[in-house]
Amino acid sequence: MALLAEPRTALLDPMEPVPFRVRGIRDELEDTFTLELEPPNGRFEFAPGQYTMLYSFGIGEVPISVSGDASRPSRLVQTIRGVGAVTRALRNVRPGDVVGVRGPFGTPWPVDGATGRDIVFVAGGIGLAPLRPAIYRVLERRDHYGQVVVLYGARSPRELLFAEELQDWGGRFDVTVLVTVDNADRAWYGSVGVVTKLVPRAPYEPQNASAFVCGPEIMMRFAGQELESRGVAPEQIFVSMERNMKCGVGFCGHCQFATKLVCRDGPVFPFSEVARLLTVREV
Amino acid sequence: MTASGVIDRAGLDELIAALRNGGYTTIGPTIREGAIVYNEISGTSDLPVGWTDQQAPGGYRLEHLGDGRMFGYVVGPQSWKRFLYPQRNVIWSGVVTADGWETVTPPEPPTYAFIGVRGCELAAIAVQDRVFLAAGDRAADPSYAARREGAFIVAVNCADPGANCFCTSMGTGPVAGPGHDLVLTETVTDDGVVLLAESGSARGDALLASLAAMRPAEIADRERAAETMAAAQATVPHSMDTTDIHDLLLGNLEHPHWEAVAARCLGCANCTMVCPTCFCGTVTDELELDGGGARRVRSWDSCFTLEFSYIHGGSIRQAGSARYRQWLTHKLASWFDQFGTSGCVGCGRCITWCPVGIDLTAEVAAIRASDLRPAVPVAADGTEVNL
Ligand SMILES: Cc1cc2nc3c(=O)[nH]c(=O)nc-3n(C[C@H](O)[C@H](O)[C@H](O)COP(=O)(O)OP(=O)(O)OC[C@H]3O[C@@H](n4cnc5c(N)ncnc54)[C@H](O)[C@@H]3O)c2cc1C
Ligand code: SF4
Ligand code: SF4
Ligand code: FES
Repeated sequence: MALLAEPRTALLDPMEPVPFRVRGIRDELEDTFTLELEPPNGRFEFAPGQYTMLYSFGIGEVPISVSGDASRPSRLVQTIRGVGAVTRALRNVRPGDVVGVRGPFGTPWPVDGATGRDIVFVAGGIGLAPLRPAIYRVLERRDHYGQVVVLYGARSPRELLFAEELQDWGGRFDVTVLVTVDNADRAWYGSVGVVTKLVPRAPYEPQNASAFVCGPEIMMRFAGQELESRGVAPEQIFVSMERNMKCGVGFCGHCQFATKLVCRDGPVFPFSEVARLLTVREV
Repeated sequence: MTASGVIDRAGLDELIAALRNGGYTTIGPTIREGAIVYNEISGTSDLPVGWTDQQAPGGYRLEHLGDGRMFGYVVGPQSWKRFLYPQRNVIWSGVVTADGWETVTPPEPPTYAFIGVRGCELAAIAVQDRVFLAAGDRAADPSYAARREGAFIVAVNCADPGANCFCTSMGTGPVAGPGHDLVLTETVTDDGVVLLAESGSARGDALLASLAAMRPAEIADRERAAETMAAAQATVPHSMDTTDIHDLLLGNLEHPHWEAVAARCLGCANCTMVCPTCFCGTVTDELELDGGGARRVRSWDSCFTLEFSYIHGGSIRQAGSARYRQWLTHKLASWFDQFGTSGCVGCGRCITWCPVGIDLTAEVAAIRASDLRPAVPVAADGTEVNL
């Protein structure tokens, strides 16, 4: 009797971590470091804004955005703030060790769709890391855009991520970089206060601008509102949402955000789609 | 795919034996600790023959009728989810090697035959299929797909819907919809209990053709089955008004009624554990004591726990009201956005197994009765504006 099911189809397992070899570890800040990982097949293609699930053998797996340059796919570069079990374990790897990678996952920063427009990046804290690939992409094709502005806020001068690059970008005649800190020390000559305050000070034409915002949820909400009140269309403001993630591929339900699954519908969303939800408590 | 026939209890025993001989692990309803739950069965003597269940909000009790029916009850605290998506399951393991670690190929799961799948449960499996099977450019969950792919499904039409069943509101029962290999309708005749068996697949045809104890279905058999099911359809006791339910719930995220439910809800997560469609899971990591291997273990999780929404800095959904709202709006509204279907099939389990008897249909009705949405905005050209 032809009862038994056909032999099972072999499936690619989206939950299977792929071993990448650690080629470099760089301390960025007291609690933040960058890993340079070598893909087993030599290439890791991604779009700016996408993230991976990084696995520390036997410890756990966490979502981390790619912070490297998409035009250099021979290395996967990720910048991590050690806040808990997995992120601290990842700091303890040594060159030659292996970490697990799944991905890339998620929606990108649509910088390629914003050619011809003024570009405003707004980052808070570690939020500069997920934006860096988009900044690289825009600078690589600088003549495709109008004004380019990077607004960055950190808690203190000692917590400015990628400080050298910020200086390099700020030193270019075709990029404006404005930096602010919440708490200044005596050596700090720059602005003090939240990054939202920089939004009206930067040179760009709101009606013709696209903005890319990454940082704590509360900061993205206020930055989005400020940009909108300056005249930037909410469809042209993009934010990267953060939720607990256990899978990255829509299986675990942890990244619920009202109608969205942040892992696959996001993390990057147009502000127009999330602005109202950001005003509702505990969604 | 139109094969059909009539079997009695001995015929069902033959059917179960044929499946077992065909290599299937046969799972069906059994009585354990005062409830009907799904376990491995080897024949009809394992079934709750002559038993029925009495359900109420927060209440469940078995009753012996002695009527010889093999399927005279509805759904218990478990669902087939337990087999297709095990409550605890190793989804990945690896071993340490000379230059790092590598993946260990997982063992093959059993091939299941499910006997006694109700209409709402067929629908629930279809709902989980949309989460875990491949669609478009989305990859399947191999653990679920391996269990689901070969499963043989014997459905049963519900002749006696339970007190908390609202399958007719959700369009899932009491007559089983598509997705089965075989469907049974149980009726009582002067000669005893008989089952009208109708095939729904080529495998179902093959199975029926192999049964020695089957006689052809006569018009009287079909009429009796149709009458039984028409009566059942008319008596499904519970209901839920689903009109505009997506916009109703998502348009009332700040409704005070969420607080009112939270005041009663214990946050125990029972509703999510018994629900046949709830798919949320977490993954925990295990390292072997000698450090030579590691496992990633997936287990059911619930949006009712605080840890569920934890991110560095604190959980997103701290308030009980936010967690109940998450559950209900997901089930009945945002599931449509995410998976193109309702997340609720109307099985009533969450009502029966809620220790304080919270009934989602009543909560929806309460919000509907005091809908806080502004009147539908109208554009200049007179058409309704879709928000
Ligand atoms: C799309 C996305 C991109 C991210 N990109 C970066 C990045 O580029 N750099 C960076 O440093 N951090 C990033 N994060 C945050 C990072 O994932 C968390 O800091 C990390 O999960 C904390 O895990 P832990 O085990 O070290 O901490 P613990 O506090 O011990 O966390 C326990 C568990 O909670 C969950 N969890 C805790 N915090 C978060 C969180 N913020 N987001 C999601 N899950 C969390 C994880 O499942 C984690 O395993 C990103 C988060 C998301 C959702
Ligand atoms: S929400 Fe309740 S009634 Fe609906 S499918 Fe889940 S357990 Fe059944
Ligand atoms: S609704 Fe009932 S079953 Fe669900 S968490 Fe609340 S108390 Fe528990
Ligand atoms: S992270 Fe698992 S569903 Fe989104």
